[in-house]
Amino acid sequence: MRKPEFVYVTYIETTPEKLWEALTSSEFSKRYWFNTEVKSEWKIGSPFALVMDGTTTDVGEILEFDRPRRLSYTFHHVLSEAARKERPTKVVFVLEPHGKLVKLTLTHEDFEDGSVILDGISKGWPAILAGLKTLLESGTALAIPPVALGIEGFQ
Amino acid sequence: MKIENFKPSIVYTIYIASTPEKVWEALTSPEFSRKYFFGNAVEVDLRIGGAYIVRTPDGSLHISGEVIECDPPRKLTVTFNVNWPALIEKLGPTLVTYEIEPAGAAVRLTLTEAHDRPISDDILAGGRTGWPAILSSLKSLLETGEALAIKMAPPQRMLEALKKLGIKTP
Repeated sequence: MRKPEFVYVTYIETTPEKLWEALTSSEFSKRYWFNTEVKSEWKIGSPFALVMDGTTTDVGEILEFDRPRRLSYTFHHVLSEAARKERPTKVVFVLEPHGKLVKLTLTHEDFEDGSVILDGISKGWPAILAGLKTLLESGTALAIPPVALGIEGFQ
Repeated sequence: MKIENFKPSIVYTIYIASTPEKVWEALTSPEFSRKYFFGNAVEVDLRIGGAYIVRTPDGSLHISGEVIECDPPRKLTVTFNVNWPALIEKLGPTLVTYEIEPAGAAVRLTLTEAHDRPISDDILAGGRTGWPAILSSLKSLLETGEALAIKMAPPQRMLEALKKLGIKTP
């Protein structure tokens, strides 16, 4: 049986450098990631956190930082006790030039069997990455209300 | 053909700053689809049992199927059979469903590709590669007025797997 993982590919009319900036700038991330700031010193081994409206939702550690090609970090959801008990998962972004576009591949992997966060991240990433694409291509954010994602406890 | 025998193999969700009506139009109009679907034109007779056809840019028949569910602008299910000899005998029919739901001022479009038997990862690689490109381009077209110029090599992994099964590919 395949290991549980979530893979999402999208093509964005931008440059790898701008996309890298969007993935690593807390000012930028607030605009497409449901008001979430990505926080890190962005060095291999340095801490990583997602902070939504002042509340830390996820923490981790930078595993790879190869600008503007490959970024990965561990990802540990800390808002619920059930999630805190699970081992950290891993998020990998791969940015590849594709003609005048960039192909972005997100892989979120290393879930425990029966992970309580797999459903939520599977619903969350498409909305986050759609917002990122819209913002980079049109300059305006995509207004998706959190409740529309259908994630328990996220509204 | 029993629709309940089909299990999803590929699910791809994308949010688009548009209306359900415009997304529906984009999925069902030949002029619109040519812009985001690698130059292919969707021709669909929007009633249950109506024909669903995709033509390549030179006008030849690429995909033929029929409408299974039609609930504009919410849900369209079609059989989606690539027109290669022996493909349907070996792999069975492919079922494609588009679901369109409002999400605030945006729209959530969910594509599901389903099959009535297990299909290898090598063959599914075709859809796993193609759908994100097609739907990323559809999103750009609806939001900015310009489709993406995505150049794609033929899906070699899938084509080789089909050849091994004795399916003739172009």
